Amino acid sequence: MKTLLSLTLNGRPRDDAVPDNMLLVDYLREVVRLTGTKIGCDGGECGCCTVLVDDRPRHACLTLAAAVQGRRVETIESLERNGRMSAIQRGFHEKLGAQCGFCTPGMVMAAEGLLRENPDPDIPAIRRGLAANICRCTGYVKIIEAVQAAAKENAA
Amino acid sequence: MEYMPDFTLHRPKDVAEAVRLRAEEGALFVAGGTDMIVNVRRGIERPTSLVDLSAIEGLDRIERDADGLHIGAGVTLDRLATDGTIRRDFAAVAQGAAAVAGATHQRYGTLGGNLCLDTRCLFYNQSEWWRKSNDYCLKERGSVCHVAPGGKRCFAAFSGDVAPTLLVHGAEIDVVGPDGARRMKLADLYRNDGMDHLTLAPGEMIVTIHLPASEGGAPSAYEKSRIRGAIDFPLAGAAVWLRQDGGRLAALRIATTGVHTHPVLIEGLEKFAGSALDDAALDGIGETVRSQSRPMRTTTVKPWYRRRVVGALARRLTARLAGL
Repeated sequence: MKTLLSLTLNGRPRDDAVPDNMLLVDYLREVVRLTGTKIGCDGGECGCCTVLVDDRPRHACLTLAAAVQGRRVETIESLERNGRMSAIQRGFHEKLGAQCGFCTPGMVMAAEGLLRENPDPDIPAIRRGLAANICRCTGYVKIIEAVQAAAKENAA
Repeated sequence: MEYMPDFTLHRPKDVAEAVRLRAEEGALFVAGGTDMIVNVRRGIERPTSLVDLSAIEGLDRIERDADGLHIGAGVTLDRLATDGTIRRDFAAVAQGAAAVAGATHQRYGTLGGNLCLDTRCLFYNQSEWWRKSNDYCLKERGSVCHVAPGGKRCFAAFSGDVAPTLLVHGAEIDVVGPDGARRMKLADLYRNDGMDHLTLAPGEMIVTIHLPASEGGAPSAYEKSRIRGAIDFPLAGAAVWLRQDGGRLAALRIATTGVHTHPVLIEGLEKFAGSALDDAALDGIGETVRSQSRPMRTTTVKPWYRRRVVGALARRLTARLAGL
């Protein structure tokens, strides 16, 4: 069975016929060819596949594509504006919040969701907000600094 | 992980339709999907159809009246964790919701899903090839329980964080099924069988969770033990609720998770009423909790440790809530 999925993806409406058993992450990567969203653990443990659904972080690997019917989905590809990095992207870039980079799209989207909900998070709030995202490189210190830098830039 | 198996997806708009679809052979409910989709991907669940509850109107409401709080089963865990009334009057519930997995899971995992969470075991929550190479297990396709090979029982542990916090607050639930609606105590949702730990009939679903106002306002708390500070299911968890009267304990309720096939509302705590909660009484409370916990070899952490920890958590929370 297939469903006609109508959603707003990265600000643009689109319609696709998607199989009932298709995961959102496979829809994004294989159908739309937005490969910024990564597949890490496939079980909701690593957070690499985090996207925003109606501004809230969600695992694309544990979400059925047909279940985001009518919703607003945003991926890492949506953040840049006319070729310029967004505040959170610049934070990760300038504070060296990315090393190997595999967790980065999910980490950035989780951080973006956190900042939309709480524009000025303290360190415990940042740690809680990113608790579902695993990074094996940075030790998280630089990631926390990246989120702080973005919050500061957004407030300026 | 494996490819997604084939199934038909239904997205009913109301409870009646959801219940009808779920009563069909091979159908399963999915709400947030934080656990169900993992289990489908691993071949632990092999549904012919999935009934997605996320399109049902009104399941995500929190209503308040003189009787207390009435929480829709589709309310997400982050809302429980941040709701002002819940944080103030039913603090353990907010803490339990905030202790589930990580922030992202809490933003789409639901209360109903957490209450109906499948039991977990080292030999069950594994990939298809892992389980196959181990000849599966009693709970799923196999004939032997690798935890207790001599027996014919499944000891997979209930690992939801929110259920014990609702139990200590005397929660009740509304269940709707093909034969209509019924209201029951949350404690009656569970039974002592790791293979089939829910008393729901095929097609029945939880629609509302009631927290009585009479049980609100008293100090309560939840704490869990886990290897990492986030994401992990509890190795052991304890919720404590108490009332004091002039520096003495008036009433005490404790419920546990992760150490039995179902969440356990601890019995025999009445004898501590009137106690000044000295060290001997606190030790006795910890021992009462420990003696009613039956962790088995279902995690990488040894049962003896989880049994000690659950008693220690209960003792510590009791002392903290009593202001000691």
